[in-house]
Amino acid sequence: MTDAAAAVDRVFREEAGRAVAALIRITGDFDLAEEAVQEAFETALHVWPTRGIPENPGAWITTTAKNRAIDRLRRDRIGRERTDDAARLAALEALGDDVQDIPDDRLRLLFTCCHPALATDAQVALTLRTVGGLSTREIARAFLVPEPTLGQRLTRAKRKIREAAIPYRIPPREVLPERLDGVLAVLYLVFNEGYAATVGELLRAELCDEAIRLTRLVDRLIPGEPEVAGLLALMLLQHARRSARTDAVGDLVLLEDQDRSRWDQAMLDEGLGVLDGEDRHRQGAYLLQARIAACHARAPRPEDTDWPTIARLYGELAELGPSPVVELNRAVAIAMADGPDAGLRQLEPLAADLDRYHLFHSARADLLRRAARPREAADAYRRALDLTTNDAERRFLERRLHELARDA
Amino acid sequence: MRYILLIYADEAARGAMSSDDRHAMYAEYEKFANELTERGIGRGGDELASVTSATTVQERDGKMLVTDGPFAETKEQLGGYFIVDVDDLDTAIELAGKIPAVHGGSIEIRPIVDEG
Repeated sequence: MTDAAAAVDRVFREEAGRAVAALIRITGDFDLAEEAVQEAFETALHVWPTRGIPENPGAWITTTAKNRAIDRLRRDRIGRERTDDAARLAALEALGDDVQDIPDDRLRLLFTCCHPALATDAQVALTLRTVGGLSTREIARAFLVPEPTLGQRLTRAKRKIREAAIPYRIPPREVLPERLDGVLAVLYLVFNEGYAATVGELLRAELCDEAIRLTRLVDRLIPGEPEVAGLLALMLLQHARRSARTDAVGDLVLLEDQDRSRWDQAMLDEGLGVLDGEDRHRQGAYLLQARIAACHARAPRPEDTDWPTIARLYGELAELGPSPVVELNRAVAIAMADGPDAGLRQLEPLAADLDRYHLFHSARADLLRRAARPREAADAYRRALDLTTNDAERRFLERRLHELARDA
Repeated sequence: MRYILLIYADEAARGAMSSDDRHAMYAEYEKFANELTERGIGRGGDELASVTSATTVQERDGKMLVTDGPFAETKEQLGGYFIVDVDDLDTAIELAGKIPAVHGGSIEIRPIVDEG
């Protein structure tokens, strides 16, 4: 891609969701809206590099896409009169050329894409395609599925929206909290898909940026929702550590071993700023996780970490939704605050639930090592090794086992 | 937009209900049916007799095959249905959530294809 084309691509992606959302509201037709906006993109690729990017690219895209949709409907009408097409055409023509005051419909679009009646993978694909403006090929590559599979997933989802009459609106108050949870879950899923990816796979890392962009959008469109702010802060604080998370060969680097000078300070500050704007006493799963991430972000060195606060926050998180994995993290924080024996006491009751979970055994091994019980630690490392499927983690555990044997 | 709300529940559990519980359940169904009438969105509904009374008919290779029992043996059985005429899926979901069998059972919502 040339520089000019890349610039068009970037601005377009930023603004296209709004045009898609507006056209869907007016025509009720996802395909027509997407195709019209795609045609507008091709026009932009021709026109923008020579004439420059318009002052209000969003309005330009919406107007151009609207005109393309009108052309398309007129063309399709020849020979067959369809009443719903006529109604769509009339609605588009009634818009006129002033698109400045078209309301921002992206929130409706998000809620429709993340409707619980759609399968989760369809929610994710549809959100990235229509609101995010990613191409089918980009989404397919990011999620490591063949492009035709992803295309089918999108087609089926759009058909279900049409046939089952999934509404295109912001949900009424009675269901808004649970539907908003659904939207946030999709955004966090997109983020984690990028976050869990190894370095070098640029497209997957871009998913993090995309998730942050969309979460920012939700935060702007529904201001004052603590969990939206919480999720945004959590993403920023985690993503700020991206370049320190892996070493030169792509192995994971533990938080305590990361080179903190490589953390993205501007992004950390932004995440901390979002959190500072929230009421300290509000609770929510994302808010609490963000506050935990903030404790790490604020520590200049690992030994400066405020572990008692982290242990308390994990306690609050466990109260919100009991989970053995949260308890495991809490036990590790308690060990850091009060010593390995205190952590081991917290861990014991979790053994039954987490016996098949490699991170339980590696955490336990680590505490046993710190408590100077090397033989038991080695057993626990071996158990973790039996259970892990991740190569980077396997290498890490083998290194630890080797160190134990050497020190013995 | 018309939807059929198909009610799936464990028949054995319903059979094991005390007569008080059964009366209470029918009262809840009546309340639901009344709500549909009051809102003007009900288009009929029925309770079905037990699957032990079901007969399945299939034509294969020109031969009519009649067998005892439901088309598919499942843990939950189709025990009844309501048809509603509402604006969108969200309203159908709201209604499905009020059908007593939603506790423990399942309600499947299917849009009805409009002719023409």
